[in-house]
Amino acid sequence: MTLSEGPAAVPLLSVRGLTKLFGSFAACNAIDLDIGSGEIHALLGENGAGKSTLVKMLFGVLQPSAGQILWQGAPVTIASPGEARHLGIGMVFQHFSLFEALTVAENIALSLDPKISLARISDEAASLSKAYGLPLDPQAHVADLSVGERQRIEIVRALLQNPKLIILDEPTSVLTPQEADRLFETLFKLKAEGRSVLYISHRLEEVRRICDRATVLRHGKVTGACDPKQETPASLARMMVGSDVAEVHRDNAAALGDICVEVSNLSVPARTPFAVSLKKITMKVRAGEVLAIAGVAGNGQGELFDALSGEYPVAEDEAIRIRGKAVGRTGINGRRLLGAGFVPEERHGHAAVSAMALSDNLLLARSQSDKKAFLSGGAFSVIRFDAIRSATRRICEAMDVRKSGEDPQAGSLSGGNLQKFIVGRELDRQPSVLVVNQPTWGVDAGAASRIRQALIDLAKSGSAVVVISQDLDEIFEVATNIAVISEGCLSEPHPAGTLTLERIGLLMGGVHESHSVPEAANAH
Amino acid sequence: MRIELQKRARVSTLFSVLSPLLALALTLAFGAIMFWLLGKNPVSALYSFFVEPLLEVWSLHELAIKAAPLILIAVGLSVCYRSNNWNIGAEGQFTIGAITGSILPVMYPAWHSPIILPLMLILGMLGGALYAGIPALLKTRFNTNEILTSLMLVYIAQLYLDWLVRGPWRDPQGNNFPITKTFQIEAVVPEILSSSGRAHWAFIFAIVAAVALWFMMRFMLKGFEVSVLGQSERAGRFAGFSARRMVWFSMLLSGALAGLAGISEVSGSIGHVQPVISPGYGFTAIIVAFLGRLNPLGIIASGLVLALTYLGGEAAQLSIGISDKVSRVFQGLLLFFVLSCDTLIHYRVRLIFAGTKTAEVRG
Repeated sequence: MTLSEGPAAVPLLSVRGLTKLFGSFAACNAIDLDIGSGEIHALLGENGAGKSTLVKMLFGVLQPSAGQILWQGAPVTIASPGEARHLGIGMVFQHFSLFEALTVAENIALSLDPKISLARISDEAASLSKAYGLPLDPQAHVADLSVGERQRIEIVRALLQNPKLIILDEPTSVLTPQEADRLFETLFKLKAEGRSVLYISHRLEEVRRICDRATVLRHGKVTGACDPKQETPASLARMMVGSDVAEVHRDNAAALGDICVEVSNLSVPARTPFAVSLKKITMKVRAGEVLAIAGVAGNGQGELFDALSGEYPVAEDEAIRIRGKAVGRTGINGRRLLGAGFVPEERHGHAAVSAMALSDNLLLARSQSDKKAFLSGGAFSVIRFDAIRSATRRICEAMDVRKSGEDPQAGSLSGGNLQKFIVGRELDRQPSVLVVNQPTWGVDAGAASRIRQALIDLAKSGSAVVVISQDLDEIFEVATNIAVISEGCLSEPHPAGTLTLERIGLLMGGVHESHSVPEAANAH
Repeated sequence: MRIELQKRARVSTLFSVLSPLLALALTLAFGAIMFWLLGKNPVSALYSFFVEPLLEVWSLHELAIKAAPLILIAVGLSVCYRSNNWNIGAEGQFTIGAITGSILPVMYPAWHSPIILPLMLILGMLGGALYAGIPALLKTRFNTNEILTSLMLVYIAQLYLDWLVRGPWRDPQGNNFPITKTFQIEAVVPEILSSSGRAHWAFIFAIVAAVALWFMMRFMLKGFEVSVLGQSERAGRFAGFSARRMVWFSMLLSGALAGLAGISEVSGSIGHVQPVISPGYGFTAIIVAFLGRLNPLGIIASGLVLALTYLGGEAAQLSIGISDKVSRVFQGLLLFFVLSCDTLIHYRVRLIFAGTKTAEVRG
């Protein structure tokens, strides 16, 4: 908190006019940045602002098109990650590069000099992890570890190189609040040793909490440099987005109707060795309710979505009821015909085919539910392109989907715009049940608030909405009731108002509650 | 200096059109070099290979005869490949189709009836489809790689045919030649214009199949299902399409068309069954399918081009005295260049010189 004045005389790392062109598109445009010794420096920006491109250049994964990188005052060319490590730059990627079938020590050994023995690596990793408060068993298999523990491997792997600068890319996106706190303590220790941290995030609260300085990127350009502690989340958001973000509005007094989704004692064995099995999941969602399911990634969210959507029907027909009908063994289109809509987590290759036009992607989800409107010719099922195109236009207007051209490929849209289309595609049908997995994952703030508002409005109009999300802010914004999924078990639902962040954190961490929850908690 | 492929932001329309033409031009250029190395005049060799066969009416008929099986098989394969099922065994399905279709004329040579030919064609399609059903069954039940199984089944089919015509199906009056009796006239696919040449109805079947499948792929939900499952099985599952059923559909369809090609070839072009009934149509059709951009209408054009390499090979053997294996060389060159030119549709090629200098070679 005393280091907010700025860098020392010679910054550890300076970047001058750094530019990266992909074709004619400038992912990074003349970026200037200084990171002093012993500071935690935040790099803020929405998805697509150029954060990842910038750090990839700093770590030698990408080569800049123009500009200069200065390391302790001297210009350097970082041609590969190996050279970056040699200089003293370590990096923890957002997506871990770990082999699940190998042990922690073996995974660490893969990134080090092959001459060092495995035993020595184990020892060093163990002592290092203890010193920094990152408990880790070197002999454990990665497949058995939680996401937080896997991240620790990556951090320890970076620390073993004794770096002067550690780059962390969205490290808390996969952590519970408690795990995040522990990570922050580690970061403060690193800082106290005089090491620098470049911390990439779009979570404004934590940036304000731990970072000494912040550089804000938008559309590949630096739009602001500030001391985050002097700013409010709103002022930081303005710098990131370039305009004020609409707030999500919700009326609290929504009357709940009939039960639309009922899951009772649903157990699903894991399909693959690394998948999660669902254990006795029970839940009820009424018309007018938004049930949010919180949880750390990889605790059965995807498996629950597969079972609810009918992409992988379950053995027990009675385990899932949609609007009173037993549908456990019914496929996804049968459930759609009952009025259900689904939005999976992964946009590319699941919710949409990237190389196909938007109108084709509309047909993808609605070929059976809107058979009358979209198909003709009886058994030949001839596609009515005109009807589909006009529906596509309607959806794009309703959700304000920004696109180039009349009917572009889904892959050419930004994440936020494609997600608006995918959600709008379901809303356009006025579904009486909507199941959404990670509705705003990797989506810019403007699109996210629009999607959340749409989910609330849908519930208000009398539909049952299930939102599976890792984003606690989002959950508190939209939920009527909140349940937590952990290792394939679902907690009792709690009214959103009665849960604190801390309590959710405990549930997310797998502290299962006893079944003596007061009746009032799940009466809604 | 190194060569780098850089992914384009979007598919290049220019190169989508240009790539097959570029591949053809490169094939011709390297063909000319080959002729030159063989000590022939490249210009006159290429002329007799690619132009001469087009100058006579009877020769155009031969072109249609050669193109028919190529197009029939390739349009079926295009559906397979678009759905991400890699049937490499069309040659085997062609052979089995020829065998099952020939059961009637070989076993009942005295049966004279107008329904014999339709029955033969249906039996041929059934045989080809069932034979393609073997890799489909193995893939859906045991997750076996259909590239390997369908290819291996080719050799089984060819040896089975060989055994049949040397054994049980051999014509007793055939002077010990390994051929069956000549089919009765009712069992022969009729010629289209018998006054000018030999081309028979297989060519019509091919055009009809190509147009029908083009319509399916372009306008029908089934075609949409094929493309979706081919590009992303997960998205197909989200749409409620079944990848497993698509394996069956595409394999049975391409098998049936290959079987139809087989029986049409035996009945229309050869007139009896013999140990070798195909100059590799089933394999060449793979080139045809890709050269035609997996588009059934494009396949009509590319089928004619590849048929020309067969005719050219025969012509070159006669007029300039080189082996007709030259046509296989041309087919190989063509497939190689088609696939490599397709890279340009998705990537741009850059030459990276040491240091920071970057030269762009192709836009």
